[in-house]
Amino acid sequence: MCIAVPGKVTKIEGDVALVSFGGSLRQANLELQEDVREGDYVIVHAGFVIRKLDEKEALETLELMKGLNLEVY
Amino acid sequence: MKYIEEFRNADLAQALGAQISRSSRKPLSLMEVCGSHTVSIFRHGIRNLLPKTIRLLSGPGCPVCVTAARDIDRALALARTPGVVFSTFGDMMRVPGSTGSLQEARAQGADVRIVYSPLDALEFATREPKKKVVFFGVGFETTSPLIAATLKKAISSGIKNFTVFSVHKLIPPALRALMSSQEIEIDGFILPGHVSAIIGTGPYQFLALENHTPAVVSGFEPLDILQSIWMLVAQAERDEAKVEIQYKRVVLAEGNRRALQWLGEIFEPVDDCWRGLGSIPQSGLKLRPEWREWDAEVRFDLPTESAEDDPRCQCGKVLRGALLPPECPLFGKICMPESPLGPCMVSSEGTCSAYFRYHSRA
Repeated sequence: MCIAVPGKVTKIEGDVALVSFGGSLRQANLELQEDVREGDYVIVHAGFVIRKLDEKEALETLELMKGLNLEVY
Repeated sequence: MKYIEEFRNADLAQALGAQISRSSRKPLSLMEVCGSHTVSIFRHGIRNLLPKTIRLLSGPGCPVCVTAARDIDRALALARTPGVVFSTFGDMMRVPGSTGSLQEARAQGADVRIVYSPLDALEFATREPKKKVVFFGVGFETTSPLIAATLKKAISSGIKNFTVFSVHKLIPPALRALMSSQEIEIDGFILPGHVSAIIGTGPYQFLALENHTPAVVSGFEPLDILQSIWMLVAQAERDEAKVEIQYKRVVLAEGNRRALQWLGEIFEPVDDCWRGLGSIPQSGLKLRPEWREWDAEVRFDLPTESAEDDPRCQCGKVLRGALLPPECPLFGKICMPESPLGPCMVSSEGTCSAYFRYHSRA
């Protein structure tokens, strides 16, 4: 039930963002998360943005894993 | 999709599995407490990548499954009340109470509507002012702030034909109850990423400080879960106990401050009954007394008698991690997704349902 997926904000009108999930668009309420801008990735759950996705942290997590990969092989 | 596919890379998954195998010496039982983790672990075959030292358990992480039978009965009574539009997330439709399910109530004529968002239910109330719209508030801290936000809208707009029947539950008190029962050995927790996106890491600190149990907030993709397991193994091998965040791209230690503030404005914690775990102190959320006009439990006369689960059903033990679904004599014989005896087989995120769908491949 706590399923929430990352999507990209394509448009903002007032408290509502239009979010693209791999091309399919859905509206999401922005009241629980401040400072969302067009182009941001956000986590959407049941019609609300519950968090912004930090792209820098996402890349750092992946880099950390890739570093491991080098250690193993 | 971006930020999903990268975290499903098979080569990196193999490398993480190898890293875990090389680091792991002590046998560890690690529990996840999120239905989405349960499903992801099966779907991506994560157990196949782990050494024999690591045992993965599922805990009470499915809100559908932990809702007490009594509360399902009360939801049914609400749904059957003339003039009521009973709106719910789809997951709750097939959960059996002692007098049927919401799906059966709808087949018998009750106005039960599945919604994607609580805002859809508020929209019904606005569009149909003569109806009494009740929303079934089920879910952990990921979901309850959305209901708080919806209630704030109803309150500020003076929408009086909208109420919430709140059976929302809190994860940290359930973890505390599991640790203090000592029924099973838990050596580490894979903590739920989206609950933690709201509450942060503060409410889990007792695991490290009082129980000396490692805990890692994890994302939902296979690489997230494998990295979290590796972090737990590393802590255990060093005999450390900390609350760490693997899912850094989404979770901050402080959580989502606005969501927490709104939760506190609308709801207050109460002692609550969980299916399988019984009564847990301060583990449920009810509307604060000042919002009683929007509280379905105040506005409607609800049955108060307790309801019994089917005595053959072992969901309680499954939810506590004390029994694996295939160990239940009913599993896959009498109890199946099409004919579930208990909620762990009903919900697609229930442990029994996940085992049923994926076990042969696991």
